[in-house]
Amino acid sequence: MSNDWYKKTAHEIRDAVRAKKVTALEVTESHLARIEDVDGKVKAFTDVWADAARNQAKAVDARIKNGEDVGVLAGVPIGLKDVFCTKRGTTTCCSKILKGYRSPFDGTAVERLQNAGAVFLGKLNMDEFAMGSSTENSSVQITRNPWNLDCVPGGSSGGSAAAIAADECAITLGSDTGGSIRQPAACVGCVGIKPTYGRISRYGLVAFASSLDQIGPFTKDVEDTAIALNVMCGRDPKDSTSADLAVPDFTKSLKADVSGLRIGLPKEYYTDALNAEMREKIMDAVKVLERQGAKVVEVSLPHTDYAIAVYYIICTAEASANLARFDGVRYGYRAPGVGSTQELYTRTKTDGYGPEVRRRIMLGTYVLSSGYYDAYYLKAQKVRSLIRKDFTDAFEKCDVVLTPTSPTAAFKIGEKSANPLEMYLSDIYTISVNLAGIPGLSMPCGLVASGLPAGIQIMAKPFDEETILRVAYTYEQKRGFEMGTPTAVK
Amino acid sequence: MKYEPVIGMEVHVELSTKSKVFCGCSTNFHAPANSNVCPVCLGMPGVLPVINKRAVEMSVMVGLALNCTISRWSKMDRKNYFYPDLAKNYQISQYDLPLCHDGFIDIKANGTSKRIGITRAHLEEDTARNTHTIGGGDSGVDFNRCGVTLLEIVTEPDIRGAEEAFAYLTELKQLLRYLDVSDCNMEEGSLRAEANISIRPTGTESFGTKTEVKNVASFSGIQKAIEFEIARQAKLIDEGGKVVQETRGWDADRGITFSQRAKESAHDYRYFPDPDLVPIVVDEAWEGRIRESLPELPQARRARFESGYGLSAYDAGVLTAEKEMADYYEAVVKQGCAPKQAANWLSVELQALLTEHKQELTASKVTADRLAAMLKLIEDGTISGKIAKEVLLDMFESGKEPKAIVEEKNLVQISDTSAIESAAREVIAANPGPVAEFRSGKEKTFGFLVGQLMKATKGKANPQMANEVLRKVLKETE
Ligand SMILES: [Zn+2]
Repeated sequence: MSNDWYKKTAHEIRDAVRAKKVTALEVTESHLARIEDVDGKVKAFTDVWADAARNQAKAVDARIKNGEDVGVLAGVPIGLKDVFCTKRGTTTCCSKILKGYRSPFDGTAVERLQNAGAVFLGKLNMDEFAMGSSTENSSVQITRNPWNLDCVPGGSSGGSAAAIAADECAITLGSDTGGSIRQPAACVGCVGIKPTYGRISRYGLVAFASSLDQIGPFTKDVEDTAIALNVMCGRDPKDSTSADLAVPDFTKSLKADVSGLRIGLPKEYYTDALNAEMREKIMDAVKVLERQGAKVVEVSLPHTDYAIAVYYIICTAEASANLARFDGVRYGYRAPGVGSTQELYTRTKTDGYGPEVRRRIMLGTYVLSSGYYDAYYLKAQKVRSLIRKDFTDAFEKCDVVLTPTSPTAAFKIGEKSANPLEMYLSDIYTISVNLAGIPGLSMPCGLVASGLPAGIQIMAKPFDEETILRVAYTYEQKRGFEMGTPTAVK
Repeated sequence: MKYEPVIGMEVHVELSTKSKVFCGCSTNFHAPANSNVCPVCLGMPGVLPVINKRAVEMSVMVGLALNCTISRWSKMDRKNYFYPDLAKNYQISQYDLPLCHDGFIDIKANGTSKRIGITRAHLEEDTARNTHTIGGGDSGVDFNRCGVTLLEIVTEPDIRGAEEAFAYLTELKQLLRYLDVSDCNMEEGSLRAEANISIRPTGTESFGTKTEVKNVASFSGIQKAIEFEIARQAKLIDEGGKVVQETRGWDADRGITFSQRAKESAHDYRYFPDPDLVPIVVDEAWEGRIRESLPELPQARRARFESGYGLSAYDAGVLTAEKEMADYYEAVVKQGCAPKQAANWLSVELQALLTEHKQELTASKVTADRLAAMLKLIEDGTISGKIAKEVLLDMFESGKEPKAIVEEKNLVQISDTSAIESAAREVIAANPGPVAEFRSGKEKTFGFLVGQLMKATKGKANPQMANEVLRKVLKETE
């Protein structure tokens, strides 16, 4: 039998492993071989845990042989963005300042995946400390888009997205502060969800902006997203902000039925600024859902224009404090030959961080400074609640909001790196979701003329991931095309 | 010119929660360096704080005891500054919405009672401890203390002198000890006090420039530092100078304050709400349960000791100064001992032994039960007060029961008239000289003869009976 298990979805692998049609080890070998084949081009992985993965797979196989219930991710190969704390390997956030850093613990999401029978293949590339939209800000390497190796895979979870598109993993884990799961998912043509803030414990996720960060999976299909959410969601006593709410069985939402569902199209997102080709792809997707009985309503999110400004005040303010701990005193990089404590801090941080991280720390320090706090941070918090209210009002009129995930398809490597403001605009359609704390999913809706994927974003009320999954599943079943294997890694 | 001092105090108290305020680490002070640490209090990447509910409860207890309003809704903020003793380079503290605010405490100073306003009491985490003595020019950081629960209590500028400051600290410490929320050990740093001091011409209303005196190791040190600072500022102004706003340290050996840091280099702490923690909500029901759990506080207890046990204000004050002493006293009285006698034996006789041997009351072998048993032996006439002192000393050293000591040493008081009478006859027979003197009208000699009688009975004769019987026999044998 040809070993092409790397092409399969997580649920296909899980079912086959449980039915003993294949061993977890065979599946793992298949993925390791695939990584060997294509990662030289894609550069999604920063660290491959080949031997550890084989051992983990063997342990799964042994338990299956004993008749044990291994879990809903039995033998599923998973890759982790390097922002997740793992006892195995290093946890560096792709920053020089954490080079070689080994975490003493596994985070909650990682622990839950492991308990469900997952096999970890290694760590994936990202923008340093999750700050970026192209994965070009990694201190390790630049990840390529599997559809066109000259293009970025999006960011900051670019490694996680590319690894799914290139069939290097069945599921990967990312984090999303302003679009860092959804935008790269759109860029590479896979499914990526940012659940409601509080759905998944952040314990073990190295913080960028604590009030915005959420963990989420990248998958090949919607069913795998539901399975991954089932495993990871739910209250964790180690995270005070994790929601104390019952978690539904998300696989029950996988029904191709949207009759009577109201789809909201916010007029502020469908302006002349939206690329015509992208608009066409979204409208095609809307038509698919309409044919299944959904109704389209126009909604308004009047404070949309302020979202980017609000976001870059709040996220930088929180980041300036969150990253203060990387100072060379206790762990990580320490600048050599310093003469004073002050110099230790300055030199360690100047040498240890890349330019985008330094820029955001300075911005965040500025907006919190005495005399500026009220004008920036406090005002941003007020506008944030207006943005949240926009969504509350919109969801009175509709069940989901559909928008493009990104204003354009993936851009060329180097195209925007010289202009941070233009780079920030890549997240124009995704950051409101983080500010409002609501769930949002991106999935592919075809290819644009350049042969790159387009992504559609589905948003819903807080803790209503079920409706998102139902809409996404319906579209996936009825859209009438397959994305297929990306051209550059065929 | 005559000046009036204006003083506000800031006191940091380590609350004695078993675990730290945001993680599960032990707060044991005596553990080896960096043994009570975990990823959370070390500020490792990926960790999150979770607030210790007991820390909130203890803070509310203090707030209620200080007559504060308890915030129904408060939050934790990040106070940002860089220092190696701060694992995250921000301290989780409270900025604009403290847990407790607008209270007061009544103090007694210079013979009068005075009310000191409490501005706020807020919850925060303690920092680590830096040491610069590990050799090789390196400094070390011990993170055991990092994350220990800290309550900062801030007064209004109501304090008008060093005596009042001392009285405030004494009263506050007593309150905290009664609440059993801190050991208030200044040497170990579990209570740290700072004073903000300024002066103004007597009779004026506006405030002068203040200095902040920090890092003083004792209450009396603070009193001296304040006295020094008031005099220093007055001299400076009288000589045409100006007080500079600054932080000053206290040199206990030289008895002077000295400049540590000018206010110009003060930090901008860039406070903002900590997004990792949810708001602290203390509803009426919770506050009510905490209020009900409060023990009797020192002022109430003092008043009850005066009215309930008929003690003088002085005795009531001495007995309630330490909660342990007051508890001990009540345990003795509860066994039916006369309150005044119990007060005397505890605060004078036993206290003298404790002081002499530098012993804590709670560690003494003379338990409340044993002292009560001894007092009963006095009350029922088994031993005299004089013998009781001997019994107390024995108990203090051996920890034996008073009854056993009395029996073992044959110290039972002789209250049998015939036994005393025959001893009296022997004394009279053996001392013809003094007896003759007494009979010739020298009353003073009677004391000598009583002494002889006590000696003959090895001090065990009931003293009053000894007097009466001796007089009677002297008359009979005249
Ligand atoms: Zn700890």
